[in-house]
Amino acid sequence: MNIIEFKGITKKFGDFIANDKIDLTIKKGEIHCLLGENGAGKTTLMNNLFGLYNPEEGEIFLREKPCKIDNPHKAIELGLGMIHQHFMLIDRLTTTENIIVGEEPLKNGLVDMKKAREQVKQISDNYHLAVKTNEKIENISVGEQQRVEILKVLYRKAEILIFDEPTAVLTPQEVNNLFTTLRELKAGGKTIIFITHKLEETMNISDRVTVLRKGKVIGTVNTCDTSPKELARMMVGREVLLNVNKEKSDVGDNVLEVKDISLTGKHKNLLLKNINISIRKGEIVGIAGVSGNGQLELEECIAGLRKVTSGKIILDSEDITHAPTGIRRKRGLSHIPSDRLKRGLVPSYSLAKNIILGNQDSFTKNGFLLQNDINKYCKEVLEKFDVRCQSMNDTANNLSGGNQQKLVIGRELSTDPKFILAAQPTRGVDVGAIEFIHNNILEMRKQNKAILLISAELEELLSLADRILVIYEGEIVSKKNNYTKEELGLLMAGKKVPEEEKKELENRIQND
Amino acid sequence: MQEILEVIFNINTFSAAIRISVPLVFAAIGGVFSERAGIINLGLEGMLLTGAFAGVLGSYLTGNPYIGILFAIMGGALIGFIFALFTIKFEANHVVAGVGLNILMLGITTWLMQILWDSRGTSVNVTGLSEITIPILSSIPILGKLFGSHNILAYLMFIVVIFSWIILFKTPFGLRLRVVGEYQKAADTLGIKIRKIQYTSLIFSGVLCGLGGAYLSLGHLNWFSMNMSAGRGYMALAANIFGGWNPLGAFGASYLFAYTDALQMRMQALNLNVPNEIIQMIPYILTILVLAGAMIRSRPPAGLGKHYKTNR
Repeated sequence: MNIIEFKGITKKFGDFIANDKIDLTIKKGEIHCLLGENGAGKTTLMNNLFGLYNPEEGEIFLREKPCKIDNPHKAIELGLGMIHQHFMLIDRLTTTENIIVGEEPLKNGLVDMKKAREQVKQISDNYHLAVKTNEKIENISVGEQQRVEILKVLYRKAEILIFDEPTAVLTPQEVNNLFTTLRELKAGGKTIIFITHKLEETMNISDRVTVLRKGKVIGTVNTCDTSPKELARMMVGREVLLNVNKEKSDVGDNVLEVKDISLTGKHKNLLLKNINISIRKGEIVGIAGVSGNGQLELEECIAGLRKVTSGKIILDSEDITHAPTGIRRKRGLSHIPSDRLKRGLVPSYSLAKNIILGNQDSFTKNGFLLQNDINKYCKEVLEKFDVRCQSMNDTANNLSGGNQQKLVIGRELSTDPKFILAAQPTRGVDVGAIEFIHNNILEMRKQNKAILLISAELEELLSLADRILVIYEGEIVSKKNNYTKEELGLLMAGKKVPEEEKKELENRIQND
Repeated sequence: MQEILEVIFNINTFSAAIRISVPLVFAAIGGVFSERAGIINLGLEGMLLTGAFAGVLGSYLTGNPYIGILFAIMGGALIGFIFALFTIKFEANHVVAGVGLNILMLGITTWLMQILWDSRGTSVNVTGLSEITIPILSSIPILGKLFGSHNILAYLMFIVVIFSWIILFKTPFGLRLRVVGEYQKAADTLGIKIRKIQYTSLIFSGVLCGLGGAYLSLGHLNWFSMNMSAGRGYMALAANIFGGWNPLGAFGASYLFAYTDALQMRMQALNLNVPNEIIQMIPYILTILVLAGAMIRSRPPAGLGKHYKTNR
């Protein structure tokens, strides 16, 4: 049975067509992946289904009957549930309160918390979704928060569950647990729509895949009849190299040395603990870790945005521990910040101005900017780094996420740096742009630059880095040249992993 | 020194503080409901003033102060609704809308006084609320002095404090209200009717301020005067913050402010060889100190002051 059918759905934002006459069928009881690059219109389409948006044209059929879903309340009544990419949870309320709000069990007109906790407990037992029923959201892990989100929709008796990029915030172990849950839900007769831009996940979990590109459906295929390569081609519209070609490079002298740095926070807590890193010419050193384990602090310390409490940072045999950011940049440091909108760009500035940011002195004469030189330089950078834009007078906030990132990377790599601090360089960027960025980073390696790659993407680290350090709670807990994905995952989740859990995990990986 | 201590621990000071606290408590709980729903409410001041005026108007027209209370409730509700229109429907900046409302109501009440009573300063005298003495309670030594004899609004205040707390923390409406104030989008995705909840809480907020205002004019003085609220709305907003956006806390904080005010008045009568101006400063200095301490730890609703736009 076709549980959902979209017929000619169109959604516009101003002149921009986010969904262009979408036709799509979801079968009852399947796991259906919606695959596409960022901005392909996947989430928009699901928001149309969930009543958060109202489409301009088209019809949605639910259980073969036409339905007008104009608000989430109605969607919930019709058995739809959505697990949003950014969790819709209230930090200072308990898990139970978050789950029941809107459909509270009552006793004498008041909320019956005891009954509510029992109900939550029951559903969580049924689906093996362990949560502490009386704990505040702010005190539980991201994985547990996601389980609360799933319980929220199950509590509302959803038959169709929409997951919007659910793995983006999870560790590999948590991803495995999530996939187990998804299979259980499917076995229990639920229909699952899974939004993602990751090929591997799609191949792993789905029954069928629909690929979206630029707001249009490219095609729907059975997962068993397709390959990652074909899906990538459908997504991007051209051949994509999924594996980067890494050539050997000549490793030279030390360029950056981080010597025993520590950082204490506001409440005297250790944010970084005795970190030692040395990076040589032509070498990529990776930092792996679940976000929030000190990567951001390390990035800020090296970039000069934060003062270290103790230790030294040496760039090209000069001590830059106390040097301000400007001096660091002059000495050859380039920084691709992890938060491009906050630190990488001025969103309301033109592309040209963004490209000379930090380097504006080279384009100045007698205190005035040299507009012609700037335009010429910008044109080169935009072309070389394939930033797709209308003109260089556009403001940066008009670019898509991937193009913004390419702009930042273009600026940082065009100044002939000695050392590149690349933090989450492909965060929230689609396959095509990832390929491009990876190739550029490898090109820098070939040109004998030293590179520190801080990333939450294991694939990225494993394919690019020459050496990987694992950071956990502000400390480097392991360093090695070759890791398997599973090893890294375990180390990232904390250094002490009980043997039993390890075995169970290995079994599960083999079974998958 | 002993004189001062006697004033500080005098039962009459505590009793006077209850009277002073009534309008503050009503307005502060009005602030709790509004801010828990995500709307910064500087308009408390204007709402109090409206209540005070409407109360006197009702009593003036009918000769019955209880009809005056009804007028105050309706006036407060109307202003609450208007404030809601501006902040929710027209997405005005909450602070600007609140201050605007205060200036507007100051102007309107003064103008109406001119028309009705031909005076910009004060209204004519109207019938005020009489005190109700509770038989047995009033004869118990200390409790009798504190709670034995008040007008109806003061008794209502105690009921409002308790019921507000129950509504906010024990009922489905309260839970939804808190979710709306924290994260409107999350509330929306749960199918909660955000607008309905916000309008309801702001109208309720107006009603409470109306009652507080009626106490000012009908309970205290039996007339209305220009700018009668005299900053109590702002103080109530501070009490709401200091009380942690909780009706019980708001009551405690309002009572503390009221107590220092009562203390200050009594200390002036003591001839302490200290300029009266210094003594008059005590409540304000205490407010500043307490608030400075409270602000560091306080945690407002996460969605306070934010607008949420749907794409429907």
